[in-house]
Amino acid sequence: MPIPILMPALSPTMEEGTLAKWLVKEGDSVASGDVIAEIETDKATMEVEAVDEGTVAKILVEEGTEGVEINKPIAVILEEGEDESVLDGFDAAPSTPSPHPSPQRGEGDTDGSAAQANTSPQGGEEGAQRVSDGKVRGAEAATPPAPEKNADRIFASPLARRIAADKGLDLSAIKGSGPHGRIVKADVAGATPGAGPSAPKKATASSGSELVGSLPDPRLYYDDGSYEEVPLDGMRKSIARRLTQSKQELPHYYLTIDCELDELLRVRKELNARGETDSIKVSVNDFIIRASALALMKVPDCNVSYAGDALLKHKHADIGVAVALDGGLITPIVKAADTKGLAQISAEVKDLAARAKDKKLKPSDYEGGSFSVSNLGMYGIKNFTAVINPPQAAIMAVGAGEERPVVKNGVLGAATMMTVTLSCDHRAIDGALGAQLLQAFKVLIEDPLTMLL
Amino acid sequence: MASSYDLVVVGTGPGGYVAAIRASQLGMKTAVVERAELGGICLNWGCIPTKALLRTSEIYDHLQHLDDFGLSADNVSFDIQKVVKRSRKVAGQLSSGISFLMKKNRIDVIVGTAKLAGKGKLSVEKDGKTQDVTAKHIVLATGARARSLPGLEPDGETVWTYREAMVPKEMPKKLLVIGSGAIGIEFASFYKTMGTDVTVVEVMDRILPVEDEDVSAFAAKAFKKQGMKLVTGARVAALDVKGGTATATIEAGGKSSKDTFDKVILAVGITGNVEDLGLEDAGVKVDRGHVVVDGYGRTGVDGIYAIGDLTGPPWLAHKASHEGIACVEKIAGLKDVHPLDTSNIPGCTYCRPQVASVGMTEAKAKEAGHEVRVGTSPFQGNGKAIALGEPDGFIKTVFDKKTGELLGAHMIGPEVTELIQGYTVARQLETTEAELMQAVFPHPTLSEAMHESVLDAFGRVLHI
Repeated sequence: MPIPILMPALSPTMEEGTLAKWLVKEGDSVASGDVIAEIETDKATMEVEAVDEGTVAKILVEEGTEGVEINKPIAVILEEGEDESVLDGFDAAPSTPSPHPSPQRGEGDTDGSAAQANTSPQGGEEGAQRVSDGKVRGAEAATPPAPEKNADRIFASPLARRIAADKGLDLSAIKGSGPHGRIVKADVAGATPGAGPSAPKKATASSGSELVGSLPDPRLYYDDGSYEEVPLDGMRKSIARRLTQSKQELPHYYLTIDCELDELLRVRKELNARGETDSIKVSVNDFIIRASALALMKVPDCNVSYAGDALLKHKHADIGVAVALDGGLITPIVKAADTKGLAQISAEVKDLAARAKDKKLKPSDYEGGSFSVSNLGMYGIKNFTAVINPPQAAIMAVGAGEERPVVKNGVLGAATMMTVTLSCDHRAIDGALGAQLLQAFKVLIEDPLTMLL
Repeated sequence: MASSYDLVVVGTGPGGYVAAIRASQLGMKTAVVERAELGGICLNWGCIPTKALLRTSEIYDHLQHLDDFGLSADNVSFDIQKVVKRSRKVAGQLSSGISFLMKKNRIDVIVGTAKLAGKGKLSVEKDGKTQDVTAKHIVLATGARARSLPGLEPDGETVWTYREAMVPKEMPKKLLVIGSGAIGIEFASFYKTMGTDVTVVEVMDRILPVEDEDVSAFAAKAFKKQGMKLVTGARVAALDVKGGTATATIEAGGKSSKDTFDKVILAVGITGNVEDLGLEDAGVKVDRGHVVVDGYGRTGVDGIYAIGDLTGPPWLAHKASHEGIACVEKIAGLKDVHPLDTSNIPGCTYCRPQVASVGMTEAKAKEAGHEVRVGTSPFQGNGKAIALGEPDGFIKTVFDKKTGELLGAHMIGPEVTELIQGYTVARQLETTEAELMQAVFPHPTLSEAMHESVLDAFGRVLHI
């Protein structure tokens, strides 16, 4: 009986493709293994091989047809001794039950009733039609579609798993240096919890190539000598890896709000005047840290970490403060900032920043945290978005305070305004929740005396 | 005549020929240069022919104990010429196998002695004629030879190296073996089993000094029981060769004694074949008889690499092969190429009983700061070993107490050289004791002792 050739799936995710080229024509005889057509997807061109022997009786899909669904018959092969008459009443669609009746039929099908009989899923005398689902030549061949790869599976040696468990390391944050990226002892032996992915011990001579990810090495685009090559240091590698991971794995979204600063600036001036004798000088950023901490206490559902099978609701607001360093940055943490006054926050930030610049921070100074503040206002940046620093679930990007025209009660006036943009991990914080946090923050910033409450 | 290649390997031992095959597989136009037999020392004068000899002595030993098995035979004897002939035949068969592999992989075999002759160039000399060979990459795999010490030089007649020891014309009545590493002990074991009076002198305080102390002690006991004389912490101060015999002055424990032997085998280590390769002119660094390289066989001189025995210990065929592959894959720019992890190279000695080990000895593990758990499983508790009539020996495993990492395994007994790879795979996969305990070892096999040893280390042994 005639054997239909179906549109093959070149990869588990492919739904349709282009029939780029027929390498056979009607009447040609084919043997098993012959390449009969070329299929194109956005990713690749693959050859389709015949599985059965016979003669190409009908080509059902013309060369150049785009959007051909997988499993749609594209041609029909006749076995030895058969002639085209058997195509009468033959339905090339797969006989497996499908949720909707297939409109695809052999072209020889003129007799409606016969076709009707054939499309019924029941077994019957001819039983299951033999379906030749065009074997695909190439590594990506996947017919039927393979079960989707479980992206969560981490390949790690038993010893690496045990060492990681003992040290409290998160294997998903570690890049394996073993075969096919398997995490081995060497990858976990030197790692410390929360310190981010450890660089593989046995870095290859062609340093950096791993960080280019799937993109081609940029060296290919530039002439030798047209640039200076500066090898990545540990911090740069860590930033590259962690932030790439954050942007790829955390569904970021952004909320922006404007805050009026005039009252805050007035209060700050007054406070600093009073504190002069004790040489206390609080900055706008200290207010922002305190306001963030208090806002998080007011909207505690934003003070969280996403832990896969749970949300960790932090009891205190540990606020990370992004500090720019020569050739990098680090985010030391003001712990339990909700319990600390402006003077204390100010002193701690100064100390953390100084130690960060001297590279004297301890891991406990920068690991963890529940929220971060990144302030580029001093550079005159009006507005930007920041990348969340896992395991935190949100970060606030703070722009410059500047005089802007504002309309209040229908009157145009001037006010010092600051735009902040909150990046949230949508797995943990939904939009309305993030908005509530920003609202609480705005109230505190615009009426700083409430921070005393 | 000049030929040009992507990669040329000098030497066709297990390092060289394997490197060449891998290079060809990776699409490089490849040639090998060999001045002697294809397959190098390993196939022709080392691993393989000695295994053929030791098989003979093993069977001969069984024949001495036929009665234990309910068998009998009269007039058991041997013809050393035939024994050697078989050993040579085995070597010859394997060497021609390499010839086939070269053809199959389209690797040109250039016969002659190679010398570096400028960047990317070799001159190969054969019978006074010289040909130039150019190659983008030159991999030196010239191997090593027996080391000699001042006053202890081989003469090929009375004082042998492994080479002469492998092809005796007649059996010596009294033999001195200097050095109790794998090579010395294997020859000592062969000759002892074949009826020679054998004395082994070792400078360290125990025989097989790289093995675990328990294994050394057990081996010493077994050899002594066989009638071998072992003198440890001793050195041969002088060898006086006269009239076909050698009188050795042996110093041990402050005392000096003299003894006379028919033959002496020198087995005091090996030294790299670094001479006449043009290394100096090329700027390749040599340190104490071995070429200095990094984990991928790179010498620091562009386009010149070295692998195997030429680059230092452990002097093992399988180490050379793996180095050759890492070197070639790195040249080809393959990803995920790692240097050979020298801590996971198993070592085997085919004496009777056999000895095999991988990883750290108990002493080394403690030295490295590990808190250890040690398990031992004697073959006396192993059904298969008892049925074989070879219940002597044990399997010792050393684990890190905290992580459960298998730090090392040390075996002595029947067929342990075939068992050790189980632990090597385990170590390569970084299993802990948990996986080894869960793994099913078939019954009845010698390998069950491997399982028992792990169980013993964690206080769960079943059959002891």
